[in-house]
Amino acid sequence: MKKSYKIEVDCANCANKMEEATKKTAGVKDASINFMMQKMSVEFEEGQDPKVVMPEVLKNCKKVEDDCEIFF
Amino acid sequence: MNKKQKKNLIRIIVSAVMMIGLNFVKVEGLLRFALYMVPYLIVGYDILIKAGKGIKNRQPFDECLLMALATVGAIALGLYSTGDYVEAIAVMLFYQVGEWFQSYAVGKSRRNISDLMDIRPDYANIQREDGQLEQVDPDEVEIGSIIVVQPGEKVPIDGIVTEGFTSLNTSALTGESLPREVQPGDEVISGCININGLLKLKTTKEFGESTVSKILDLVENASSRKSKSEDFITKFSRVYTPAVVICALLLALIPPIVLTATGGVPMWSDWIYRALTFLVISCPCALVISIPLSFFAGIGGASKEGVLVKGSNYLETLSQTKTVVFDKTGTLTKGVFQVTAVHPEQIDETHLLHLAAHVERYSTHPIANSLRAAYPNEADDCKVEDVEEVAGHGIRATVNGDTVCAGNSKMMDAIGVKWLPCDHVGTIIHVAINDTYVGHIVISDVEKPTSKEAIRQLHKSGVNKTVMLTGDAKAVADRVAADLGIDMVFSELLPADKVTKVEELLEQKKSEKERLAFVGDGINDAPVLSRADIGIAMGAMGSDAAIEAADVVLMDDDPLKIAKAIKISRKCLGIVHQNTWFAIGVKLIVLVLGAVGIANMWLAIFADVGVMVLAILNAIRALFVKNL
Repeated sequence: MKKSYKIEVDCANCANKMEEATKKTAGVKDASINFMMQKMSVEFEEGQDPKVVMPEVLKNCKKVEDDCEIFF
Repeated sequence: MNKKQKKNLIRIIVSAVMMIGLNFVKVEGLLRFALYMVPYLIVGYDILIKAGKGIKNRQPFDECLLMALATVGAIALGLYSTGDYVEAIAVMLFYQVGEWFQSYAVGKSRRNISDLMDIRPDYANIQREDGQLEQVDPDEVEIGSIIVVQPGEKVPIDGIVTEGFTSLNTSALTGESLPREVQPGDEVISGCININGLLKLKTTKEFGESTVSKILDLVENASSRKSKSEDFITKFSRVYTPAVVICALLLALIPPIVLTATGGVPMWSDWIYRALTFLVISCPCALVISIPLSFFAGIGGASKEGVLVKGSNYLETLSQTKTVVFDKTGTLTKGVFQVTAVHPEQIDETHLLHLAAHVERYSTHPIANSLRAAYPNEADDCKVEDVEEVAGHGIRATVNGDTVCAGNSKMMDAIGVKWLPCDHVGTIIHVAINDTYVGHIVISDVEKPTSKEAIRQLHKSGVNKTVMLTGDAKAVADRVAADLGIDMVFSELLPADKVTKVEELLEQKKSEKERLAFVGDGINDAPVLSRADIGIAMGAMGSDAAIEAADVVLMDDDPLKIAKAIKISRKCLGIVHQNTWFAIGVKLIVLVLGAVGIANMWLAIFADVGVMVLAILNAIRALFVKNL
């Protein structure tokens, strides 16, 4: 399942770091951040509930870039 | 400017003014330190807080942490020996200026580009029973509803005109400035602007499935598909920061230790200062921001010209295109048959066309349509009787009492009339009156007026091979190819053969870096579009299949746009390369100068922020593609 979320992040390198952090989150198959559109698309693994995975994604992103926001 | 940007700008200005002011205050010792800490903390407190979080989260290469280290280090050196705190404040100040500019420029260009694609309709008008118009959300309009589009409004949903005549401005979709005339029965796609008449439409799609939604979706998601250049930068920046930090560490430790061991003066503060300079240059931001920004601007500029590129990677591929393969019908030619020559014998041209059109009065064959189109006054009061279609030959009819036969050479042979061959290529209709030959009419598919120029422009812009594939007869194909200046032509192909031919051409490529583009009308060449390195579909207004199958979509059917698309991609990639090498180059030079002690921290921060500002400004250039 693929879902797209609006994000807020200030610097392009931070966006890359967030993308990495999201990819490493359990339950996430693949992720891509579009810095210019401030959008994040996440592909979840089979049978994973986005409602459970997304808070984890946000937690991991906050670790690499404190000043970021994901709207889910 | 948003709230955050305003606040940061004020912090930058206040801190800069204080820093300059403190230059004129003569104080020494701890008081001096305390005074200088005020502007430093004003401009840098958030960086210091973030640095603390970086430590907590074990992110050793966090930019804020590195910047904090560099400035705190410089302050410590100042406190310990030189008494110079200006440098630390300046570094923090310029770093913040860079961040501010980046956030401002990105926000601004994002808005600019979305303005370019300002085709999203806000509402649809529905007529209530009492005749009043009601504005509703386009999402709520069901298929088959009647909507009203007033002059000056955007068509919100695809539909068919039920009432009204008007001109539509399609420039937001196609880049074409000439308005399009519509009348009842015509299909209208969303995103066009109604210029002068009141229009009633019966919707044929939901808003989400309408052309305008599809295009917006495509453009907005385009930069999610990352190009090789972007991947390179991402990988580079992942290595760059740690590498620079490790170098800094080595620079701070090894030379003093070696100097001590060899009996020299260690000069610890000098070497630590140089190491701190390294930390200032360790942020890869200039690179990381300018590349996606260039692609974003390039894709935005292209879409303004009616060229939709589905991703940065396709823009990159397009710029490496050396071979362009065309489908003939509908791409280079109009795909509509027209009378291209009239060669009468004994009677005049008009009369010949007149007779032929009459004979074909009741026929629905495409050839009949083109003949009637060539003689628009067909429905005059001439008497057309006894129409008889002779299968495989032509049509015989009595026009004003004369027996007229119009058909191919077989028909002429059958009625025993001697016919003249024609040197034109196309379908030839011979005409005979009462068994006397009166001449022939040539009907053929006509080239688009811009096809020839398009091929010329392609060659000029560095494409070294143009190929045409067609299912048409060899004579016709060769003629069109020669006329347009196409290098290679393959004719009489079945749809499946086209895929094979493209595969052969793909194998013939001279080097890995050359790319092959296929241009088709997207109707029946989807397999070929996906087989080529890059598939370009043209005339896609309203054709979902084409938008799905192709990588690049030309909204109108002008072949000149192909050359334009390639030029846009070249310009954009040129900017990407300039930015990449400029930023990496300047940083490396400053690193080397810093290591040998020529570049100080001022130069380092200028190299960092200055390069970023220039790279961003350069990236925005990709947006301007109108005159390419």
